[in-house]
Amino acid sequence: MFFTYLFRELRRRRRQALLTTLGLAVGVGLVVTVTAYARGVGEAQDEVLASLYGVGTDITVTRSPAQGSGGPERFGMNPGEREEQGQRFSRDRVMTNPGQQAMSTSRIDQIASLDGVSSATGALTVSVMHVEGKFAQMTPQQDGQQPQQSGRQTETMPSQAPIAVQSFTITGVDVTDQTIGPLSSATITHGRTFTSDEGNAKVMLVERGYARQNDLAVGDTKKIDGVKYKVIGLVAGSGSSSSFYLPLARVQKIADEDGVSQIYVKADSAAGIVAVKKAIKAAFPKATVTTAEDLADQVTGSLASAAKLADQLGTWLAVAALTAAFLVASLVTVSSVSRRVREFGTLKALGWRSRRIVGQVMGESLVQGIVGGVAGVVVGLGGARLITALSPTLEAAVGSVTDGATAAGGPGMPGGPMERMAAAADTVTVQLGAPVSAQLALVAAGLAVAGGLLAGAFGGWRAARLRPADALRRVD
Amino acid sequence: MLYELRDVTKRYVQRRRDVAALAGVDLCVAEGEFLAVQGATGSGKTTLLQMLGALDRPTGGEVLFDGRDLAKLREGELTTLRSRAFGFIFQAFNLIPTLSAQENVETALVPWGVRGDERRSRAQAALARVGLAERGRHLPSELSGGEQQRVGIARALVCEPQVILGDEPTGNLDEATRDEIIALLETLWRERGQTLVLVTHDTTVAAHASRWIWLEAGKITQTEERPREGCAAVNDDAAEAGGEPLTSGCRSAVEV
Repeated sequence: MFFTYLFRELRRRRRQALLTTLGLAVGVGLVVTVTAYARGVGEAQDEVLASLYGVGTDITVTRSPAQGSGGPERFGMNPGEREEQGQRFSRDRVMTNPGQQAMSTSRIDQIASLDGVSSATGALTVSVMHVEGKFAQMTPQQDGQQPQQSGRQTETMPSQAPIAVQSFTITGVDVTDQTIGPLSSATITHGRTFTSDEGNAKVMLVERGYARQNDLAVGDTKKIDGVKYKVIGLVAGSGSSSSFYLPLARVQKIADEDGVSQIYVKADSAAGIVAVKKAIKAAFPKATVTTAEDLADQVTGSLASAAKLADQLGTWLAVAALTAAFLVASLVTVSSVSRRVREFGTLKALGWRSRRIVGQVMGESLVQGIVGGVAGVVVGLGGARLITALSPTLEAAVGSVTDGATAAGGPGMPGGPMERMAAAADTVTVQLGAPVSAQLALVAAGLAVAGGLLAGAFGGWRAARLRPADALRRVD
Repeated sequence: MLYELRDVTKRYVQRRRDVAALAGVDLCVAEGEFLAVQGATGSGKTTLLQMLGALDRPTGGEVLFDGRDLAKLREGELTTLRSRAFGFIFQAFNLIPTLSAQENVETALVPWGVRGDERRSRAQAALARVGLAERGRHLPSELSGGEQQRVGIARALVCEPQVILGDEPTGNLDEATRDEIIALLETLWRERGQTLVLVTHDTTVAAHASRWIWLEAGKITQTEERPREGCAAVNDDAAEAGGEPLTSGCRSAVEV
């Protein structure tokens, strides 16, 4: 009798039932689509930040340079000795990042020992200016000597050979822990990465784009500062502007520097990142401590706009639609009960208990909720699929820096994530998707069922209050 | 005595005005009696029926049914009483429009917890009793007024209640159908010996009753019995059962 009465009643009130179901479907569909969209934006942001920050890295520590420590780099290209005139020369000028000061490696252990820190590792990034060419052949006048009296004069012209200048960056990484740091998000496209026993080996990884440009391949060698390094692999996707990756000890030797320019920190848990940041700042007041969230706050561009849209408008739109759907469902149910006063009064006069009548009303609403939920999930899936199919391209860029870190512009400039982002590209592009998980679908359908039950509760309350005497009302 | 009403009053507020629907009613109804309640519109007939059928509680006085004061029973007890002791017939038939004739009759058996096959067979038997055996699958919208009221009667009878209460059961019917329905009710009353209380303004319907009462402004102003079958028949039944004749209170009500 229960189900017979229930389905017959829904069939009788087809239009109202459809209205209620549609309302719930639209509300739930919007929730699914907006949540999937927000998740897609979140994933895009994570992709942007991971490529710049390194997967697994929660905090980056750098140090701003001391005041007055700047100034132009100088080196001469004149021949030192007369014998060198006309000779070919090749020099590498190594410079630490002008925007950063090196930190002692003991800081790494200090930071690693702080509460809430899972691991810490360091890296040293330097820029190299490679100059090669031929020393000028000086004339006697040029070198201050009088021409010979024999009439035979050296009339060699000064060298016209061009001088080649090439700039690139090198990052030295801790080969014993590559799970955090600049290589953590990188992909080895050819060859292999470092092994943990190659801490002092003369091996290198080359950024894939640079390798292509400069015709470098796995197995080739490259001389840096007079030392040949063997290319063991090509990397992509590290987000770093560095062209080469060497073991940290080798870069320290090249730079004649014992310290590191960046320290990468992984926290024990996401919830503890803020506390770890505070602890590092307390232990190391002059440091610049940057979290992924700091970076996220600096992200601008269409990705940031999409994120804002998802957070603000999208969420409120979904909440408003769902609330409206619940209200419509409740009002329709209460209205239906009001129209069935005689019917319910009669059933009460026949001895039906209030709870049975309430159960009937709630059952009708529940069915509408279930159908609305399923329809809503389908609608939501459709919306999410549409977004994924369109796959709009979003851009992300860093606006301004925070916490004292300075951004160096131009290609080939080393540094922390801020600097790398500013240096590597003005913008990062990502494709927006809208993933829908089974959990989201279940939760959304559950919302519709809850909406149906809520509407049923309102209607049931109204039905429970009906007096059986209402069955004996006169017909007008 | 099945019913004893002692100084029953019912007051309620309608449009901020205090209305006395019943203003001190004394009434006895014997078991097996056919009572017709008459009066003008607004005289309190339906309110009196609500008291008798435990659909509402009096503001004052006592409504004794089978020795129990209905005014003092909890809502759950009243609900049980309604399902087991009373059968209702409504002026507007009050059938559930989405259920068939047979299913409408079955709704009276639901509170009893009667299940599936037994429920269906009892409903079919009740419909057969009122001459609608072949119409069980039809919806109310597919039945005539008279057929719908027959379904209502079958629904009222299917639980074998002690009392059948009808509120203008022929009010929405034409004359021919009215006569059919009242004849059916009288036949069933005679066959089953159930107590039948009908509210009606139709004297043709009331003429079939064994006793009539008239209500005016919430009070009983007149009562009459059918001489041969009324109180005498009641007294004969009481004597046969070894019981007492009408009580003094009821006698005085009858003599008014």
